[in-house]
Amino acid sequence: MNTVLAAEAGSTTARNLTITLFLVFVAVTLAITIWASRQTKTATDFYAGGRSFSGFQNGMAIGGDYMSAASFLGIAGIIALYGYDGFLYSIGFLVAWLVALLLVAELLRNSGRYTMADVLAFRMRQRPVRTAAAVSTITVSIFYLLAQMVGAGALVALLLGIKPGTTFLGMDADTAKVATIIMVGALMIIYVTVGGMKGTTYVQIVKAFLLMGGALVMTLLVLAKYKFNLSSLLGDAAASSGKGSAFLEPGLRYGVEVAGNATQTFYNKVDLLSLGIALVLGTAGLPHILIRFYTVPTAKAARKSVLWAIGIIGTFYLLTLALGFGAAALVGSEAITAQDKAGNTAAPQLAEALGIDFLGGDLGGATLLAIIAAVAFATILAVVAGLTLASSSSLAHDFYANVLKKGQASERQEVTVARVSALVIGAIAIVLSIFAQSLNVAFLVALAFAVAASGNLPAILYSLFWRRFNTSGAVWAIYGGLLAAVFLVFFSPVVSGAPTSMFPDQDWQWFPLSNPGILSIPFGFLCGWIGTVISKEHDEDKYAELEVRALTGAGAH
Amino acid sequence: MSTDTPASAPAESAAERYLAVQRSDEFAGLRRALRGFVFPMTVAFFLWYALYVILSAYARDFMGTKLFGSNINVALVFGLLQFVSTFLIAWLYSRYADRKIDPVADRIRAEIGEVTREHGPRG
Repeated sequence: MNTVLAAEAGSTTARNLTITLFLVFVAVTLAITIWASRQTKTATDFYAGGRSFSGFQNGMAIGGDYMSAASFLGIAGIIALYGYDGFLYSIGFLVAWLVALLLVAELLRNSGRYTMADVLAFRMRQRPVRTAAAVSTITVSIFYLLAQMVGAGALVALLLGIKPGTTFLGMDADTAKVATIIMVGALMIIYVTVGGMKGTTYVQIVKAFLLMGGALVMTLLVLAKYKFNLSSLLGDAAASSGKGSAFLEPGLRYGVEVAGNATQTFYNKVDLLSLGIALVLGTAGLPHILIRFYTVPTAKAARKSVLWAIGIIGTFYLLTLALGFGAAALVGSEAITAQDKAGNTAAPQLAEALGIDFLGGDLGGATLLAIIAAVAFATILAVVAGLTLASSSSLAHDFYANVLKKGQASERQEVTVARVSALVIGAIAIVLSIFAQSLNVAFLVALAFAVAASGNLPAILYSLFWRRFNTSGAVWAIYGGLLAAVFLVFFSPVVSGAPTSMFPDQDWQWFPLSNPGILSIPFGFLCGWIGTVISKEHDEDKYAELEVRALTGAGAH
Repeated sequence: MSTDTPASAPAESAAERYLAVQRSDEFAGLRRALRGFVFPMTVAFFLWYALYVILSAYARDFMGTKLFGSNINVALVFGLLQFVSTFLIAWLYSRYADRKIDPVADRIRAEIGEVTREHGPRG
């Protein structure tokens, strides 16, 4: 009886502290946003933060943009429940940065201005290519945004301990979820419309520091608990998972071997390869990542920002390894799945356990839990702001200014349209998220990576490296890759025909893989090639200009 | 569509200048230096990563082999090596670019007659 009361008191303290810390974060970031809005006068300020960030600052911001709640809570959760396989995910997310570093970042920075399409349309006919790029940018960003926002609703309810049947500020659990989605959406709209790229970048930098700090502290506490002996941490995690040494090996979550079903086993393994390819090739095609390279003054600074990003993101994923196995060992899968079946609360639950251990009692547990929960909120906000900015930039700069106005819009008009676009896209994302909140949309992150790898990446690489590439090729690559990825996923088990599907009661599934990349990525490259060779268009002069500018930085914005 | 012209129509002289630079030996050297590093390196890290994913899918007994008599197995070490190789390639590229690419790019940019700008013309 006493322990129950103590736990109740602890959870109230945690909830109050979480709310307080969260409000502090919101207040600080809003102050930064207002400050940034005073510094935002030109289109370059709004889209690219005045290109005044240093390599280190942008590296942190890239980390803040990239390390979503899916990485922090999701990967830690997968490791906590399925062991080694979560690590597979983080390795794909990290290695992917080499594609950005070696092939894309500097050349894009030198030849583009505000959006991904600046590079794609450089030597092409503007309208078809920019339209395709805007469609793809908005599709990828909305998919990613929906996954984050629906996740945010569920997560905040969990972190604040709002369970069905209980009330919070007079709201029941469902109302609280909807309120959370609206609040997250409203904040991201404010960050973007008011602060532009400058405000968004600082929000992401602050978040990156908070996330790294939180993960580092928790990792040190986990390791201290095991006297810095990795082997005994792993042993304890494996033992308490009940799965023994299989917990430390690949195969519990991805590429699962189904006894007596060779076909399903075959599909599961191909699905793992497909996921791996999409993760590693998707990053360099994500519009909200690509536009970050425009916030620094030179290609060399863009390179430095990727180097910092690789360092920060790599370190973070190493920390999630300790967090995930730590949660498996110290919290246990039963307690985690009791809170959330997908394991998203593993990291906060670990924080609570560590707090009880090291800070002392339920109050200590409540304190650390509150801190980590606030970090998780910050993480969600920074990522959704980046996504909203990317899609509204593309809508304003690519579609409005270059397609509708044929390049004749004034800077002021363009920025106004960008702000209105952020509002509209944000509102659409809020409405869609509210409708989708009872559906399992976690697959949308993997789908966003698959679309980016299948449509955007071929178009970018061909643009930068293939002399013969032309308008038709760019349009074919983007639409071909985009449609192939979406089409295959629509008929895959993540959308229908399985208990975990988005629509579990419907069944139109015939494509056996959850991840389309292994087919859609080669298909996107193939489309780009076919589209190119069937068109006679070829502008040698413009290619010379693009190549010289991309490699030397001459004439860079 | 007749209105579909490239974004910035440079003066004829600028176009000729870019074409002349692109066809110069110095620029060919820069292109070779860049592609000679990034293309093989991309193939190398992709194959190395693919090997890791393929072994994770199809060589589970090998990946599960325990090392040093502890709970650390081949899969964990292989995964950590992916981190090591990523950091290493990033460092190697940064060193290579500083030494072999930046000086040539800077020289060509100066020859083109553009002032190296810390900020874009509109920022």
